[in-house]
Amino acid sequence: MRFWIAVIPLVLFVALAGAFLVNLGKDTSVVPSALIDKPVPDFSLPPLPGRDKGLARSDLANGQVSVLNIFASWCVPCRAEHPLIQRLAKESGVAVYGLNYKEKDPQDGVIWLNELGDPYTAVGMDISGRTGIDFGVYGVPETFIIDGNGRIRYKHVGPVSPDILQNVLLPKIQELQG
Amino acid sequence: MIRPARHFLWLFAALLVTTQPALAVLPDEMLANPVLEQRAREISKELRCLVCQNQSIDDSDADLARDLRVLVRERLVAGDSDQQTLDYIVDRYGDYVLLNPPLKPETYILWGSPFFLLIFAGVGVFAFYRRKKNDAVTNSPQALSDAERRRLDDLLRPSQD
Repeated sequence: MRFWIAVIPLVLFVALAGAFLVNLGKDTSVVPSALIDKPVPDFSLPPLPGRDKGLARSDLANGQVSVLNIFASWCVPCRAEHPLIQRLAKESGVAVYGLNYKEKDPQDGVIWLNELGDPYTAVGMDISGRTGIDFGVYGVPETFIIDGNGRIRYKHVGPVSPDILQNVLLPKIQELQG
Repeated sequence: MIRPARHFLWLFAALLVTTQPALAVLPDEMLANPVLEQRAREISKELRCLVCQNQSIDDSDADLARDLRVLVRERLVAGDSDQQTLDYIVDRYGDYVLLNPPLKPETYILWGSPFFLLIFAGVGVFAFYRRKKNDAVTNSPQALSDAERRRLDDLLRPSQD
């Protein structure tokens, strides 16, 4: 009896240390999305200045897997991930749509895309950020994978890295197409 | 005569009493209707700012917090109840936006752990005192035997010389 009582602190310590070890290096700032497996919210956004086509829910629920990337010209990580979004558009073969989030000036998004290249099938301009809220966006960039029925199936928060592209996003898209 | 030091102390006390924390809520966000505004403030205190994470949107200067404050006020003006307004935000951001997490299967451990700890500690304390009491019974001092008493008397008796 006495022996077992003496062992309790050791057991507790090992359990806690184990729990800490498992969670070490895990990014706790990533909030699980409430919208996984839910239909894309209803929205309709105007195009960038000088373009014809904006972005609406119907674009994301047209029977094909698609990707929605939330970006902004003022967002530094967006600039970092941009080449990878271009690779994603090229390598996945699915339509990648852009949501231009909360620009101060509507022209900023156009200038940004002219400078860095435009991988998007269509871009919607969300000046107020209200559509972003409907998508549960809390930090750009964010990348959603949407299935053919218009359901959000995966969300990546933060810049896409080569590793995430190769090992998470592309396999996920393939799985949904399969 | 009042010494300067005491003057200073009074001034300091007066400042402590009269200062208020700076508000993140900007005047242009506020509603004209004070009842609705008060409700909006109470709801905002329940909602986590997802950018800074340990502040409520009522306290946060983040851009998104401002957008959510405005949204909360819009819902109230549109006639939503407090609960409907909270649900509107939770539908988009999940339970995580609530600073006061709801009781449901995923949060049983969270809500249960204080009670578990209390019971665990209570059992420990109970066991400790019971054992102490048992020890007191079994190890209570026993009366001296005759031989011991004689020896003690010998030792305590003043010396004869």
